[in-house]
Amino acid sequence: MKEEPVIKLENVTKIYVLPTDTVTALNNVSLEIYKGEFVAIMGQSGSGKSTLLNQIGCLDVPTSGKLYIDGNDVSLLNDDQLTDLRRDKIGYIFQQFNLIPLLNLRENVEYPLILKTKKRDTTGYPEKLLEMVGLGPSRIMHKPKEISGGQQQRVAIARALVNDPTILLCDEPTGNLDSKTSIQVMNMLKDLNNQGRTIVMVTHDEETAAFAKRQILFSDGHIIEEKFNDNS
Amino acid sequence: MIILDDIFFELSVRNVRLHFLRSLLAAVGIVIGVVAVTSIGILGANMTQSVTADLSASGNIIMLSPQSGGGGGGGFGGGGASDDDDYISQRQLAKIEKVAGTENLVIAMYSDSDKIYVGSDEGRATIYALDMNVLKNLVEVDTGDYPTSLSSVVIGPSLAERYKLKVGSRIKIGDKDKEDVTQTTVRVAGILKERGMSMDLNSDNAIIAMEKWFTNYYGGEGKYDQVNIVVADLKNIDDLEDKLDHALNYRKDEVRIMDSGSIIERISSTIGIIIAFMSAIGAISLLVAAVSIFNVMLMSVTERIKEIGILRSIGTRRSEIRRMFLYESAILGLIGSGFGALVSLLSSFVLTSVLLETTEYFFTPESLIHIPYGILIGIIICVISGVYPAWKASNMDPIEALRAD
Repeated sequence: MKEEPVIKLENVTKIYVLPTDTVTALNNVSLEIYKGEFVAIMGQSGSGKSTLLNQIGCLDVPTSGKLYIDGNDVSLLNDDQLTDLRRDKIGYIFQQFNLIPLLNLRENVEYPLILKTKKRDTTGYPEKLLEMVGLGPSRIMHKPKEISGGQQQRVAIARALVNDPTILLCDEPTGNLDSKTSIQVMNMLKDLNNQGRTIVMVTHDEETAAFAKRQILFSDGHIIEEKFNDNS
Repeated sequence: MIILDDIFFELSVRNVRLHFLRSLLAAVGIVIGVVAVTSIGILGANMTQSVTADLSASGNIIMLSPQSGGGGGGGFGGGGASDDDDYISQRQLAKIEKVAGTENLVIAMYSDSDKIYVGSDEGRATIYALDMNVLKNLVEVDTGDYPTSLSSVVIGPSLAERYKLKVGSRIKIGDKDKEDVTQTTVRVAGILKERGMSMDLNSDNAIIAMEKWFTNYYGGEGKYDQVNIVVADLKNIDDLEDKLDHALNYRKDEVRIMDSGSIIERISSTIGIIIAFMSAIGAISLLVAAVSIFNVMLMSVTERIKEIGILRSIGTRRSEIRRMFLYESAILGLIGSGFGALVSLLSSFVLTSVLLETTEYFFTPESLIHIPYGILIGIIICVISGVYPAWKASNMDPIEALRAD
């Protein structure tokens, strides 16, 4: 029996209606991503790659076409159901880290878990995840602004993993990091993928994209090229 | 406590703490509003209780007065009014006595207000006249004695103090500037004990004379200005009023019948209306505070657009975002109202002691209930002010919000 894709787009089109214009950000895109894949979406600015990531991340819904996340047709879900899907199935890693400034590092990691379980964690799981990404107990009570960008991105990875999501979405995860830290973060993502985690990453950087097993090139809202990297 | 354990409550508390000065300034408006509303409420409650307590001493009295409310005894030589409605006649008094029976005390009295002269001082006073035997049942003499001769009177303690009158002092009665008025002089035989505010006989500021002296001077014998019935058993008061009404006003409304309880109710209700009006004026400051809270909450939403985007993108529901901002406005309300309650407790205590000259009723439930009311109103106003900003925050497009700087 053929395996079901965890992400499936069928003729997805996304049109933004502006006051003076309409912009077709995704034009009839069809794509299937299977469990355990590491996919890099590449393209120039305005090519539609971030729009695609927002669709997969259920932050937006297609104007037309069908999008399935882990078998769920997102067009049939209301806002609360989409939010719950995002919380439970998707882990987001952003270019600007996007940690919550009012919470310390431990609380930042714990937050999605609280959303899911409706209670505070007493098992020490957030601490374990922080340790896994290389942040020891001495740092976990710090606020995000008190640590470096690389450390913030590690916390963001720990936060993305806390609800054990099916998919990790990474939006230019190394865009704000120096080259050494970028390699560390990418190795971390590669390890997660090797453990079976599905990763979809948007990047315009070829070196970063080289960590992915599958590269999809976007232009003007279309997929124009797709290649598999056996060396990653 | 579920709320205290809620992560969104924690986020709200931290945001208020982060913008402490701004939050404090916004809460000051609520403090002022709560102080205004609560203090007025407490003052009103104390006023109502104080007046009610003063009047309740004479709560078992039915008062009958002429339907026209005329001046009764009238001026010198006037002999009352020609209209039957201006006084209570002997015939009506007889009916009243018949209905009242022997168990209830019937007090028929004449009354007028006239100019008085004590040495070089002049002023006005109420002059009552009633049966001296009945008077002895109503008011005690503090110094001196009850009148024994026609030209001797007893006076109230406030009148005595104002004109420095003693037993034996003389008072001239009658307006000397009126050509048709002949002045007469009475001698103070006794000074009465203080009686306070009363429904039946306001003796503290009055001169009380014998009936014969009154009708000799003002005329109108048998034409009473007021008849009071001291009801022996309070349970019978309504029944007695109905019977009096039937007996006296069967064909035509001739006599106005009121009991002191209904007057107390009317006074309390009037004070209540005045206090409600004043509270409404005080509530304007709460409205101003509401605008301030609204503004602060909108600022908070604007400053936290990016954070809202992050929260939404990692799985926070709209309702949870709404809850976070409503918590924040409720916290501002709680701080402002709590502090306002403390200030109003102090200010209303001072206000009550200065204006009412007593704090006897300050610590009663009727008075202090205005404190939780004030807190509740303050919090509700703040939460209402936060509804639109919270709604705005929860309906933001997460993608747009994430792009914000």
